[in-house]
Amino acid sequence: MSAVIENHHDDHHHGPDKGLMRWVLTTNHKDIGTLYLWFSFAMFLTGGCMALVIRAELFQPGLQLVVPEFFNQMTTMHGLIMVFGAVMPAFVGLANWLVPMMIGAPDMALPRMNNYSFWILPFAFSMLLSTLFMEGGAPNFGWTFYAPLSTEYAPPSVTFFIFAVHLMGISSIMGSINVVVTILNLRAPGMRLMDMPLFVWTWLITAYLLIAVMPVLAGVVTMMLMDIHFGTAFFSAGGGGDPVLFQHVFWFFGHPEVYIMILPAFGIVSAIIPTFARKKLFGYDSMVYATASIAFLSFIVWAHHMFTVGMPIAGELYFMYATMLIAVPTGVKVFNWAATMWQGSMTFETPMLFAVAFVILFTIGGLSGLMLSIVPADFQYHDTYFVVAHFHYVLVPGSIFSIMAAAYYWLPKWTGNMYDETLGKTHFWLSFVGVNVTFFPQHFIGLAGMPRRYPDYALQFADWNMVSSVGAFIFGFSQLLFLFIVIKCIMGGKKATDEVWDGAEGLEWTIASPAPYHTFSTPPELPERAMA
Amino acid sequence: MARKESKVGEGQRLKTSLQWLIAVAALSSSWQALADWSALNMTKGVTAISREVYDLHMLIFTICVVIGVLVFGVMIWSMLVHRKSLGHKPATFSHSTKLEYAWTIIPIFILIGMAVPATSTLRDMYDASGADIDIEVRGYQWKWQYTYLSDDPTQEVKFISSLLTPPDEYYNRTPKREHYLADVDNPLVIPINKRVRFLVTSNDVIHSWWVPDFAVKKDAIPGFVHEAWAVVEEPGIYRGKCTELCGKDHGFMPIVVKAVEQAEYESWLAMKQQEALQVYETVGKTWTMAELMETGEQVYTQACQSCHQANGQGIPPAFPSLVGQGLAIGPIDAHIDIVVNGKAGSAMQAFAAQLNPAEIAAVVTYERNAWGNNVGDLVQPRAVNALISSEE
Ligand code: HEC
Ligand SMILES: [Cu+2]
Repeated sequence: MSAVIENHHDDHHHGPDKGLMRWVLTTNHKDIGTLYLWFSFAMFLTGGCMALVIRAELFQPGLQLVVPEFFNQMTTMHGLIMVFGAVMPAFVGLANWLVPMMIGAPDMALPRMNNYSFWILPFAFSMLLSTLFMEGGAPNFGWTFYAPLSTEYAPPSVTFFIFAVHLMGISSIMGSINVVVTILNLRAPGMRLMDMPLFVWTWLITAYLLIAVMPVLAGVVTMMLMDIHFGTAFFSAGGGGDPVLFQHVFWFFGHPEVYIMILPAFGIVSAIIPTFARKKLFGYDSMVYATASIAFLSFIVWAHHMFTVGMPIAGELYFMYATMLIAVPTGVKVFNWAATMWQGSMTFETPMLFAVAFVILFTIGGLSGLMLSIVPADFQYHDTYFVVAHFHYVLVPGSIFSIMAAAYYWLPKWTGNMYDETLGKTHFWLSFVGVNVTFFPQHFIGLAGMPRRYPDYALQFADWNMVSSVGAFIFGFSQLLFLFIVIKCIMGGKKATDEVWDGAEGLEWTIASPAPYHTFSTPPELPERAMA
Repeated sequence: MARKESKVGEGQRLKTSLQWLIAVAALSSSWQALADWSALNMTKGVTAISREVYDLHMLIFTICVVIGVLVFGVMIWSMLVHRKSLGHKPATFSHSTKLEYAWTIIPIFILIGMAVPATSTLRDMYDASGADIDIEVRGYQWKWQYTYLSDDPTQEVKFISSLLTPPDEYYNRTPKREHYLADVDNPLVIPINKRVRFLVTSNDVIHSWWVPDFAVKKDAIPGFVHEAWAVVEEPGIYRGKCTELCGKDHGFMPIVVKAVEQAEYESWLAMKQQEALQVYETVGKTWTMAELMETGEQVYTQACQSCHQANGQGIPPAFPSLVGQGLAIGPIDAHIDIVVNGKAGSAMQAFAAQLNPAEIAAVVTYERNAWGNNVGDLVQPRAVNALISSEE
């Protein structure tokens, strides 16, 4: 630390290196943030294309475009890529860009490790994507890869899948350690934990979740590896193992994982809504406590994904009650956002549109989640399109909308230019309509009895599947507009002021736009505390 | 002047916002109306339990809609009224202990209101008292096997139930008929007003046996037997599906349950038992090549084609070709063995549990002499039967 400060005057004019090596060797949090964000966008488009293959096949009953083997590879790869390649790296990218700027730190605490944790990802995903070209095809057992379908009955490429997951896990753990260490050690002098912006808080908690559960994921894939290649029988009933054990271990990782993909979104929205309502965030303290409670609860509800595996009734009841409890802190958050908007002085620039849509559509996903927690009803909902609708509502207009909101909100700070507001709004409305047309009808298809992961379906589901597919194409193609808007903004545009938004609060708005390559080499003076 | 104008503007805004709210309310109520339309909602079903589940679903659904309308109503109102463009000035409050307590505690009561009926329904579903009929439901890649358990093994009825829709329909070569992908060759038959217990398990990967009209969905897991039950009140045909991803033809292994009057059920069961007896006799007789080939082709279409394909070429490397290579033209004992016992750790199942000795003999003979595999030999059902019995 002290070395950094002493050398400060020498480095003052030090900018980025030139050429490719700048990106390969960089230890700068802003560069690494940029790398993460572009990588995530590339994966978002890749996973999106797979989703479009799925929706194109489901446009009509019958098998038109792909065979069921390939369809299963598409559903599997779509899920894996969106979860591990698009959403998680996007949040890590945002953390890289924003956490140091928000807490007044010069960089992430462990810059070299930061570089490694990013550069692992392209290798992991090349390995995963290469399975598409292997004999026997890519993984085809769903992103939840239940044994024994993923072990005894898996295509040979499963081994590559396992190693890819290991690499992703290592990358996530390193990234999370970095976030935790940065937040705990590098805050500007005088910034207490309860002074931190909510995005920093939610990421701190997310990072702990990641450190806790990624090793569990690594464990479960290692057990698979042993079963497949080294003669163990953890999950094989024939060898005395237990296929249900797989699900318990998987969901012990998987349930916190879904909160890993939503907590940072809560932080983003909690930054954006106050800015555009020109009013302080309502209930800061309760926001922090609610986030922490959600994180805690996320460890003790995992078997609500497994109500049909034949647990004893005591288990079913426990997991039902515990799951229902999550509605309380989640409700607190939603009410706090509504109360922040109430009596504000709102304007609706693109980030605010995405943030408000987030609150409403995420809440719809939350309410269907509450319905899913009711065990007897879940027997009818489980593994149908109702579940597909539910988790896409929390992930697409949930996580993804929050990422888009963040991109629009901080782009002027990153690039120094304002994005094109008209195009941004167009992108929002196309995405909003597309998302709802895609996923709203899926609630009905599911209730009416269509199971998920079906390449073909009975005729009574035809109409709404067609609607859903049309929506998916609207949503998918409007993301190209987003790409265009971002590139246009990087290339030029109206110059952004330092504050960018007239109601914005936080250290990142006190530095120049675009943010200089090195910021806060000397810790900032904190503005007078105005905690009510 | 300008001030007055903005006042007028605000009045109009308020009016439009009211109209908005009414529109949203109308939309959500018409949505409710739509929800009653069976194609868009959960089925009420035909058992006391399924109706209980339906009522529970409608209760929690209604609660969620009401919460949604209230919360979104407040937000939408606020978005229409508390706008900078209307000159609205921001308030400065940022917390309210009372409000925060209220919206933490009230939801807890709502949750209790949902948990109570949910718990009682679940207890009803888990009622494990005795059953009138026990049926083992066994999942296979990609079909179901039903066994009517009986203390007397000669009375045990066992059959495979698989998709009836031909590939021509799902590959769009012929028009799709009614019950596309929802019909099977041998439906499960049960009597009405009897407590039927399903003992659900699997032979390979995990499947899940779901019949919405009974509100029964149980995962079929290798190595486990889970139970579920139903008392069906109305005769009829009830359709269900496999709901746990189980590989390639996960979407092609539907379930059909036929619920009939007790008398009809008994005569059906007697007929099935008679058939089983006949099989016993056919195994004893000596078959001609032509008979074996004819039966073999039928068996192949129904039991083997999904993996090894109609032309025998398979889908390598997952499913090997049987043409001009391997066991199908190799030693006949090994060929019989793989069909009888399957191959551990692969999708190739032990067909002894699904096919009778005559069917196995026929399909092996067929494979050795179809698609240009002119090996010329045949195997008698008797021999297969002897092999199976010696292994038991
Ligand atoms: C669920 C898919 C599936 C079905 C249905 C299936 N098989 Fe197979 N079959 C396989 C697989 C996979 C193998 C390769 C096993 C191995 O060697 O690992 C195989 C191998 C074979 C072989 C040995 C091929 C060789 O030369 O090594 C024969 C013979 C065979 N099956 C016959 C049948 C018959 C007869 C039926 C129908 C009664 C049938 N199979 C149904 C998947 C299937
Ligand atoms: Cu299945």
